[in-house]
Amino acid sequence: MLPGQLGHYSLILGLILSIGLLSYSFICLKDGNNILQKNIYSISFIQLFSVILSFFCLVYSFIISDFSNETVYNNSHTTKPIFYKISGTWGNHEGSLLLWLLVLTLFIFLFLVNSKNQPKKYRLLTLFFQQIIISGFFLFLLFTSNPFNNLFPVPREGLGLNPILQDPALAIHPPILYLGYVGSSIIFSSSLAALVKKNINSNWAKHIKKWIFVSWIFLTLGIMLGAIWAYYELGWGGFWFWDPVENVSLMPWLCLTALLHTIIVLEKRLILKSWTLILSIATFTLSMSGTFLVRSGILNSVHTFANDPGRGIFILIFLFVLIFLSLLIFFFYQTKETDPEKNFFWLSKETSILINNWFMMYFLSVILIGTTYPIFLEVLIEEKISVGPPFYQKLLIPFLIPFLVFMVIGPNIRWIKDKFNKIKIYQIIFLLISIVIAYLIIKKTSSQYLFTTVLVAGAFYLFFNTLRDFFRKNYNLSQNISHFGFSLFILSILFNGIFSNEISANMKIGDEIKFNNSLIKFMRIETYKKKNYDSIIADFEIEDEKKNITTLNPEIRIYNQPVILTSEADIKSSIFSDKFLVMNLLKGEDYFNVRYQIKPFMLWIWISILLLALGGLISFVKKVK
Amino acid sequence: MKPKKFILLIILSILFYYGDLTANNNNVLVDKISKNLRCLICQGQSVYDSQSEFAVSMKLLIKKKIKEGNSEKQIYNYLKNQYGEWISYDTEINKKTYLLWLFPMFLFIIGGVLIFRKVFIN
Amino acid sequence: MKKNIIYLAIVFSFIFIFIVFYKGIYKTNIYVPNELNNKNLVQFSSKDLFSEVELNSSDLILNNKFTIINIWASWCMPCRAEHSFLMDLSKNSKINLIGLNYKDRPKNAKKFINNLGNPFSKILIDPDGTISIKLGAYGIPETFIINKNNKIVKIFIGQLNKKNLREIERIVEQ
Repeated sequence: MLPGQLGHYSLILGLILSIGLLSYSFICLKDGNNILQKNIYSISFIQLFSVILSFFCLVYSFIISDFSNETVYNNSHTTKPIFYKISGTWGNHEGSLLLWLLVLTLFIFLFLVNSKNQPKKYRLLTLFFQQIIISGFFLFLLFTSNPFNNLFPVPREGLGLNPILQDPALAIHPPILYLGYVGSSIIFSSSLAALVKKNINSNWAKHIKKWIFVSWIFLTLGIMLGAIWAYYELGWGGFWFWDPVENVSLMPWLCLTALLHTIIVLEKRLILKSWTLILSIATFTLSMSGTFLVRSGILNSVHTFANDPGRGIFILIFLFVLIFLSLLIFFFYQTKETDPEKNFFWLSKETSILINNWFMMYFLSVILIGTTYPIFLEVLIEEKISVGPPFYQKLLIPFLIPFLVFMVIGPNIRWIKDKFNKIKIYQIIFLLISIVIAYLIIKKTSSQYLFTTVLVAGAFYLFFNTLRDFFRKNYNLSQNISHFGFSLFILSILFNGIFSNEISANMKIGDEIKFNNSLIKFMRIETYKKKNYDSIIADFEIEDEKKNITTLNPEIRIYNQPVILTSEADIKSSIFSDKFLVMNLLKGEDYFNVRYQIKPFMLWIWISILLLALGGLISFVKKVK
Repeated sequence: MKPKKFILLIILSILFYYGDLTANNNNVLVDKISKNLRCLICQGQSVYDSQSEFAVSMKLLIKKKIKEGNSEKQIYNYLKNQYGEWISYDTEINKKTYLLWLFPMFLFIIGGVLIFRKVFIN
Repeated sequence: MKKNIIYLAIVFSFIFIFIVFYKGIYKTNIYVPNELNNKNLVQFSSKDLFSEVELNSSDLILNNKFTIINIWASWCMPCRAEHSFLMDLSKNSKINLIGLNYKDRPKNAKKFINNLGNPFSKILIDPDGTISIKLGAYGIPETFIINKNNKIVKIFIGQLNKKNLREIERIVEQ
């Protein structure tokens, strides 16, 4: 009871402070001097503190299983392990919105503290715009999604959390993802502020770049965690399904990556100002749209939260208020770039970054159109179609080939103007080696081998180039690590796609099946009783041609609250390949449906994404020093 | 073993082997088709991945249809006639979806034109 | 001037998108395929649950009554819940109610009928579920209303309720 009350009143306090900050910052704009009132810092901090307090009250309610709280009742159960009781706090609609508020208020406070070298009015305006977003979320929370609703009489037991959400990767996926996803709000607010105050210069670019990197790193890691969860927990052996919720996290990432590159141009050459602003606004707009698509019930997905049209309407209106606000400000405060010296030369790094953006925006539009087109079709002509993996693969993969080649050429071109140097010998060698290796690898496999060969060759070409760049003298370490990580990522998913193999069969205990020179033996099953589920663990032995035996133990769990059957795959990872085994109960028989997959290079997919993020981290740390 | 019986055994073994092969190829085709179909009563799973009643029956039906000699395309058309285009993950290219397939390309071309103007003209 | 046109176009596009999303929120997510409306019912044949005689669907479609095919199973809770509505429908002289027993054990199905009553003039079995898919059904319970010309008039997906019952009665009155 008490934590519920405290949490609720904290939120109300936060909303009042938000409105207060809106008016206070507006008043302070008129003030002449350049020193930010100390009050602004304190009030922002109190606002952050009130959200933290509210958040901890909710966590506490989950830990003690306080079922007088409706959110706890809907999403928790006394037999849940404590780690998942805690993570259950943000595994539901209301709690995740509290997480949104936490990141929003945290970032604006950190921004105020870290921007002392920026003009005061710019900082006040950033605060103003961010508070518009914050107050919108407070209103949303308090009026449609209160995490502190009371239930009376108090139920004795909760409804429980879906067991597939009880997984370590999924537990930390939302906080990390939100630091990136919601963190882009500060880029939005500060860009609008910079636009109004005509503050867009090299100094601003340097300052905003830190925030772009922070948001980007967390978003990259957050998406990776989601994919890891899908692979290890969902039991179908894949890690990306082009599901709307997945797409919705990828779209801001593409925008942010484009922005990351463009801000470098802005810093060095003071051009592309408008485009940078458009990207900044678009990133957070995509985040908000994503939240709308996922929580309003408009899309059909395996990931969706409980849906409610009322909430959907609120977010929709809120989203479009922000969009129209941005459009308005852009229209009124936009200045034409009149400096005639700052022109483009075709062979320059600026152009290669423009080309990068060009491709990124294409990838973004494919995903955006693919995800939202079914909605338009259904509303306009009442037809329902599916847009699935084949669409995305057919439109995205062919464009990867020129993209990879540009990634080799682009970073090596100089700023402003470059000359066409003689083509270096090593470039030709790399190209030839890439083509030969790709051809030898692909020849053994599938059809379409011309296309796949070119694709793999392109990835190898980037791979060799970035590898060699590590040994050059004047190289950019962070850029190189990230680009190398990207080439490794493309190679890993290509090999994973081409060389994966699987077999699906119904087996009973004692059966053996042959697969690819290996023998799969179903040895035995054992049953256990655990805290909140019954467990059936099977023992499989995979014997390869060299008589090496790998043991795999897939599990079937029968949860009691709510009553759900889940299959837990067993995965044995080695450096080059994963062995993946999952089984399902067949109704009313003693046969099990068994699926065994060989998935090469899975570990390298995760390593390469980590490298990608690491490059960003190194760049960020260097800037801060 | 008498020669006749021996030959019979060999013929049976060959038939069994090839029968097994085609069964295997059929299985591969069933898997391929069911990966491309949406399980209508699940939220976002393919028929291949789902173990629901609908998915299991669907896989049996696909197998039957393959045995009857239907091609992959015929099976997709049959199911789309029953259940609508929503059941197939592979989006068709027809007048309802021209915009879907062509709009990203159109945007790409516009982007190219804008960049070209910025870089080469001025 | 050109800039203003572009801005106006952008604003109108966003207004359009807003309207589409607004309407989209209220669209139901339960997929009811309308592919089959007004098409002929697919012919199928199967064993009768009790007599085990092989029957053909075309023999069962009487051309002076509406035929209702209800897909059910003993292990399906909503089927149990809607059973009383089926008993009501069976009393309607304009309706010939046929049951399709889906992926069930005959023993359990017979027990279900013996316990709750038999509203069906005939019950056919669909042991592996493929007949239901041939009909175009995808979940149970599902109810097909077929007119005297063998055309599918309406399909109800899910448990029948009072409102559905009244609608059925209206359809067969015509």
